[in-house]
Amino acid sequence: MIDRPYDVLSYALLVHAAPYSEQGALSALRFAQAAVAQGHRVSSVFFYRDGVHNASMLMAPPQDEVHLAEGWRSLAQEHGTELLVCVAAGLRRGLMSAEESARHGREAHNVEPPFVLTGLGQLVDAMLGNDRVITFAP
Amino acid sequence: MTDDETAPAADTQPISLDLLVILRHPPHGSSWLREGVDVALVAAAFGQAVGLLFQGDGVFALVEGQGAGPLGQKGTHAQLAMLEMYDIERLWVSASALRARGLTLADLALPALALEADEIDHLVHAQPRTLLF
Repeated sequence: MIDRPYDVLSYALLVHAAPYSEQGALSALRFAQAAVAQGHRVSSVFFYRDGVHNASMLMAPPQDEVHLAEGWRSLAQEHGTELLVCVAAGLRRGLMSAEESARHGREAHNVEPPFVLTGLGQLVDAMLGNDRVITFAP
Repeated sequence: MTDDETAPAADTQPISLDLLVILRHPPHGSSWLREGVDVALVAAAFGQAVGLLFQGDGVFALVEGQGAGPLGQKGTHAQLAMLEMYDIERLWVSASALRARGLTLADLALPALALEADEIDHLVHAQPRTLLF
């Protein structure tokens, strides 16, 4: 929170909304894109509850719809936004990294970097380390 | 009803916590309340001062016996039983939500403070961070 103009804010987003089922997922992505376009920082997005499905690399929407997972990936690559997926919410909903898949004796995984499976402690860190936390719920 | 009893002097200037978690969903039928309490427990484990505000059907979580039931889900009793161990002692409940459901503070299994709408307004505005579940 130093070395920057006073009117630039750092944001953390908390996404509860499932992709495509709820507006909240797309609204969260659009908010993030608009914020960075105006010079603000979106340092992390924490996916919780049904929001964890935003992290699936198997997501395959029709071509005339926004590809949410691609959108999140671009945000991470272009603006350094951390994409944090609650591991407890993710595992019970079938979201697995290669590491978790091996740990659970599964043959497939569907979460890859820049999405990272992590604990709720990271949400607490995100709340403490940013000027604002914005929740996107269904 | 009990307006005089629900507005102790200490609450005219609401305490400012690190995090207020507002729980508005019933303890059964969805995982909203369980996953909200999870956030509160983890934040408390990380040394944050955490309070809970129960509104709407969320107040049912404070009524005795919210364990696993016919719906085949866990219920919230086990989690709420851990609040004290995690030093989460600030529990507030919407007085109007209690009244609308025919409940009183005597029906609740944990010691909570009932707040009227204007007091809830003051409480929420005094918090630096609020999460809604």
